[in-house]
Amino acid sequence: MILPRRALLAAPGLLAACGDGTAPSWPRIVAPGEFAGLDLSRAGHVLGRMGVVETLVGADEAGRPTPELAVSWAVSADHAEWRFRLRPGARFHDGTPVDATSVASALSHAAAGVSVLARAPLAGIAPDGEDVVVFRLHRPFAPLPAFLSHAGSGVLAPGSFGGSGRVDRVIGSGPFRVAQIHPPHRLLVARWEGWWGAAPRLPGALYLATGQGETRAVMVESGEAQIAIGLLPASLARLRRRVRVAVASVPTPRVRMLKLDAASPFFRDQRVREALSLALDREGIAGALLRDATLATDQLFPPALADWHDPSLGPSRQDLAGARALLEAAGWRPGPGGIRQDALGQRFAVELRTFTTWPELPAMATAIQAQLREAGIAVSVSIGSSSDIPRGHRDGRLQMGLFTRQFGLVPDPLGTVLSDYGQAGGDWGAMNWHSEELLALAASLGTTPDRSARRRIGTILREERPVIPIASSTLAVAATPRLRGLRLDPFELRFHLQELDWPA
Amino acid sequence: MMGVVRILLARLAQAGFVAVLVGTVGFALMHSLPGDPAFRIAAERYGPDMVDAAAAEAVRAELGLDGPVLPRLLRWLGRVITLNLGHSLVSGAPVLPELLDHLAHTAMLAAMALALALPLGLPLGVLAGLRPGGAVDRVVLLGAVLLRAVPPYALGLALMVVFALHLGWLPPAGFESPAAILLPALTLALGVAALGGRVARDAVMAVEASPFLRFARWKGLSEAAVVRRHGLRNASIPVVAVLGLQFAALLEGAVVVESLFSWPGLGHALVHAIFARDVPMVQGAALALGLGFVLLNALADALAALLDPRRARGTL
Repeated sequence: MILPRRALLAAPGLLAACGDGTAPSWPRIVAPGEFAGLDLSRAGHVLGRMGVVETLVGADEAGRPTPELAVSWAVSADHAEWRFRLRPGARFHDGTPVDATSVASALSHAAAGVSVLARAPLAGIAPDGEDVVVFRLHRPFAPLPAFLSHAGSGVLAPGSFGGSGRVDRVIGSGPFRVAQIHPPHRLLVARWEGWWGAAPRLPGALYLATGQGETRAVMVESGEAQIAIGLLPASLARLRRRVRVAVASVPTPRVRMLKLDAASPFFRDQRVREALSLALDREGIAGALLRDATLATDQLFPPALADWHDPSLGPSRQDLAGARALLEAAGWRPGPGGIRQDALGQRFAVELRTFTTWPELPAMATAIQAQLREAGIAVSVSIGSSSDIPRGHRDGRLQMGLFTRQFGLVPDPLGTVLSDYGQAGGDWGAMNWHSEELLALAASLGTTPDRSARRRIGTILREERPVIPIASSTLAVAATPRLRGLRLDPFELRFHLQELDWPA
Repeated sequence: MMGVVRILLARLAQAGFVAVLVGTVGFALMHSLPGDPAFRIAAERYGPDMVDAAAAEAVRAELGLDGPVLPRLLRWLGRVITLNLGHSLVSGAPVLPELLDHLAHTAMLAAMALALALPLGLPLGVLAGLRPGGAVDRVVLLGAVLLRAVPPYALGLALMVVFALHLGWLPPAGFESPAAILLPALTLALGVAALGGRVARDAVMAVEASPFLRFARWKGLSEAAVVRRHGLRNASIPVVAVLGLQFAALLEGAVVVESLFSWPGLGHALVHAIFARDVPMVQGAALALGLGFVLLNALADALAALLDPRRARGTL
């Protein structure tokens, strides 16, 4: 019995010593996102963050556009044409220059597929000489630079595309090039010496898609990974107590919210929508389920979107008496079993749909169910898939939906606002609600970046309540303390690996 | 030997039947799931934030999801004969190479789990069976009940905390170093060892109480010869049968464990494919699992027939 036991104890050390060939100075990054292919619509979020693929425009921490592959840009007087001047000397990983022809071709490919660029009113993308790319628009569109910073708007070299236009190799222009790529979960990148910026210190890095939050936490705690992206609230509390791990978090423009059918007999009265908002104990929900009461918010635009968020508005507190009074005023009186009913005897009983893509949503839905019950509203919770909400929006059967919406999909949320709160509402926004004033303001923002108009849009949405925001989000990251220069990006576009140092 | 060949031929016929059945049932189940497959496929391809009705419609048009169902199933069955399992709806890559890669990882995990389970479970089971009701038997029973009762997810997390965090011996997850297989394999192995140990104990007990063992002792064989010639061989038949089934169950039961440990195996891929409504991938994975089950059953039968020739002759 002694020999096998010894052998068993020695085995891990022996096996670990075999290694996998990657040098120990290449940090491993574990994150939840898998990638389903090489095309940027599928893998852009990983290739962009790992510094392989660059975009014409970047974004700073406040979401303002910064130069990347384009050094400057300007819009014509009639707002119908944007001209982007390319960075001189930038080269792709195969050594070819990043010129106007290759950029126009790569971005035309992106605009023809599923990408945010496809949602911009583009009439055409064309080169003008070697170093200028021209975007012609159908109508004025101020957030174009923000749309160009999205991961799906990355610039791939012409050599990336196979005969049928499919991406069969990833040739970017960023500080790191692809060394090995195995969709859906593994990407090894190596430093590229020909990058236009200051040479990265790291020789390379490894990205591993790791779906389970608990696993990511344990991997960074045990030293198996050096950076863990996206930690569960429960793991976060434990990791903060560990000395071997440094934890950082940054607010992100993602909001968990309730969507209401504003045409339904239940929610067409604005007072009822306001009553729902008052009946919710957002701080209780955020404190108990997200372990951070400060995430509670009744604003659609979180602090990460400085131009849109109104810091002068305090947190919204639960006010059950106020909620009940509003419901009474709207004609919903207490009925049998404590459930309110209207003058015709219809019970205030509605269905709330949510899904499990984000693990906190089902628990939040049941908390909302309990809190609305206090105000006399019976909610049945239906947990299905993320398609239930857009489908319910289309077929008109959705009454209430709980989901999260990323307003930083592009760093300027105007595009998201236009698609969610336009004339016909949006799959992930208003349902049977629109505001002429908001539409006029949004149209004016197509030509002028006006901060007061942005704030006013936030105020309209807060007053009219086509949706009810509940809690914003943070991006929590754990890293080994030896790793220097870690910078978090609220828009999750970059890991900024080129600024990292991992001294031996 | 002819008996063994007969068993294998019967299993081969069964494999063909299983392939048709599993492919058809998998296809039917995927089409009866609630929700719109176009949305699910789009969400898996482009990320949930990029999905709206327009993206879903583009996917629907590209993949012809609105087309009639039966011709699609018949096309799939026709292609299976030529080992063409089609292309993944999510990645667009051919299913077969992807499947083989996942299958290799899962088979490796299951084999390692079995290799860890045998030396853990069998000796304890034999010891317990030799002295039923004794101290060893009772301790082993308690351990087996506990290990079978704890869900693999919780057991895996506990092992991760002990071996990766506190002791620092093993990597907690991933597939980067060869040692990364040990923790997921151990998580699976403990459950198998618990069951294998119980079966071994009962088998040893039954053989101990059998008339042929008493006769062997009575005719004057030494204790070592009794155990070697009559004891072990007879006791191992039910153990082989159960372990064969367990190995097949390991291939399937690895779903939770693979997800927890980020092990790129078939179970993990199957779960992803079901969420993404990736029908060709689901059919392929189900087919691989079904055929794997038949193959392992055939091997276990063949082994049992070699151990006990009466089975092959059909005289039992």
